[in-house]
Amino acid sequence: MGSDNSMKVLVPVKRVVDFNVKVRVKSDQSGIDLANVKMSMNPFDEIAVEEAVRLKEKGKVKEIVAISIGPAQAAETIRTALAMGADRGILVKTDGEVEPLVVAKILKAICEAEKPDLVFTGKQAIDDDSNQTGQMLAALLGWGQGTFAHSLELTDASAKVAREIDGGLQTVELKLPAVVTTDLRLNEPRYASLPNIMKAKKKPLEEKTPADYGVDATPRLKVLKVSEPPKRGPGIKVKSVSELLDKLKEAGAI
Amino acid sequence: MAALVIAEHNNQTLNEQTAKTVTAAALVSTPVHVLVAGENCKAVAEAAAKIAGVEKVLLADNALYARMLAENMETLILSVAEKYDAILAPASTSGKNYLPRVAAKLDVPQISEILKVVSADTFERPIYAGNAIQTVQSPAGKKIITVRTTGFKAAAEGGSAVIENLAATADAGLSKFDSEALSKSERPELTSAKIVISGGRGLGSAENFKLIDKIADRLHAAVGASRAAVDAGYVPNDYQVGQTGKIVAPNLYLAVGISGAIQHLAGMKDSKVIAAINKDEESPIFQVADFGLAADLFQALPELDQELAKRGY
Ligand SMILES: Cc1cc2nc3c(=O)[nH]c(=O)nc-3n(C[C@H](O)[C@H](O)[C@H](O)COP(=O)(O)OP(=O)(O)OC[C@H]3O[C@@H](n4cnc5c(N)ncnc54)[C@H](O)[C@@H]3O)c2cc1C
Repeated sequence: MGSDNSMKVLVPVKRVVDFNVKVRVKSDQSGIDLANVKMSMNPFDEIAVEEAVRLKEKGKVKEIVAISIGPAQAAETIRTALAMGADRGILVKTDGEVEPLVVAKILKAICEAEKPDLVFTGKQAIDDDSNQTGQMLAALLGWGQGTFAHSLELTDASAKVAREIDGGLQTVELKLPAVVTTDLRLNEPRYASLPNIMKAKKKPLEEKTPADYGVDATPRLKVLKVSEPPKRGPGIKVKSVSELLDKLKEAGAI
Repeated sequence: MAALVIAEHNNQTLNEQTAKTVTAAALVSTPVHVLVAGENCKAVAEAAAKIAGVEKVLLADNALYARMLAENMETLILSVAEKYDAILAPASTSGKNYLPRVAAKLDVPQISEILKVVSADTFERPIYAGNAIQTVQSPAGKKIITVRTTGFKAAAEGGSAVIENLAATADAGLSKFDSEALSKSERPELTSAKIVISGGRGLGSAENFKLIDKIADRLHAAVGASRAAVDAGYVPNDYQVGQTGKIVAPNLYLAVGISGAIQHLAGMKDSKVIAAINKDEESPIFQVADFGLAADLFQALPELDQELAKRGY
């Protein structure tokens, strides 16, 4: 572990509703209407893939394995990661929702088999907004974690992670192996080029199931309903700064 | 059994998110205990002991917890976990950092960012950037919960809890604090300010943010920003309001030069009054604004400054 061009990085990638889509709640309140909705890789996971690819380009990393846990179509999400520069993929096929703890358990089993030096996860998935998986994985493995990474510096046996925290930035030094979760400022992910998209089609992609890893994927939280958030009443347009201040004063806002 | 709330603090002062989390905790299980983990943080424990409804404060005062690193927080919380049927932390970057580790080790699914306690085992939480609200019921067993504190009133003062020392756990040895670069500001904190004024890409530069600062100073407001303004380097990362930044719900949120992307709205749409200044009549921010002014901010902000001065602010 550690010396140049010998590290292995695992990058879990989730297939989610594209960030540009404003989702609609189903009228029977059973969930979100996903029919004909554009799906994409979770944006934070794109940042994770990008970071791994950059480290490979710098000669620090030898192999990048992209993993997705989800429906058959999540294979497309893995292909996107492969087109960005990951080397091979593992698709763990599931039906329905998988909770972060389930994902973490599957990833733990994969880590035990693959023995990576680093796992890069997104800090949160923009569908369930849980912000748990990376931390749970680190705990299950007994590894250190650098969450909400703003920048990352690798040495042979450690990683320095500057973290975006409520008060500013905090830098921690982690013993490897470790889990790093990405925040928005870590990098700007590339678009895969057409030749790389073609090449990605030939990269290996293994298919597995949660049972292969001895994990029960049944959700344990019971979703009773999914409803619309309260709507704000219609507002008004004001004509001038002084009218704005009058209105704010009337409303008791200033 | 009882609920344990993990205190949010900086070793000197107790953050008010703690008292709000206590309010949520009391709806899940009572009595409520508070764990203060830090270094030289006795004053914080004393402040926590004064929160009404808190029966006991556990104080783990040790260099190991000075920065509340997740790995050592995990073992510390686990050392007392069996006495509690619910463990709650504010959904701050700190709570989000350590609490999932505790949940994983206890083999419990965490419930993130609750907005409301429907009943002792049922909660409302936002999904899809707050465009939907999920009502979830937790399975039997321990509940591990982070709390979106804008949804809860702070528990009042007036308590007199006992303070008990809690022995430190062994250093996990997995991570070390290296350094910190905290934003310094005389202004109120973003998440607790009564008035927040945020700037977006429309501001155009870090220099131009001074136009926002001036108004903020007159109104004793906190200053926030959109992701675009942070990415462009106009302001530091901790200014970001939104789905993946800070969640605010002040009396007044004034958005200037911000288009109103769903990710931004997720962080401010529960504000009491929303006002917006944007030069684009059609900007989506006007769909959530109670008061919208379609104007060029480079004219409107200096005018606003003068008008406020005239009115004695
Ligand atoms: C994974 C992910 C997470 C995200 N998380 C967040 C988040 O937490 N918070 C967040 O804010 N965004 C977030 N975003 C980004 C979000 O999608 C938008 O890109 C961002 O909010 C846009 O910022 P903005 O409104 O400042 O910029 P723009 O959308 O470019 O809007 C600028 C506005 O300024 C106006 N303007 C320009 N010049 C003037 C002028 N002279 N006078 C008046 N008005 C003017 C324009 O009319 C325009 O409406 C996230 C995106 C992704 C993919």
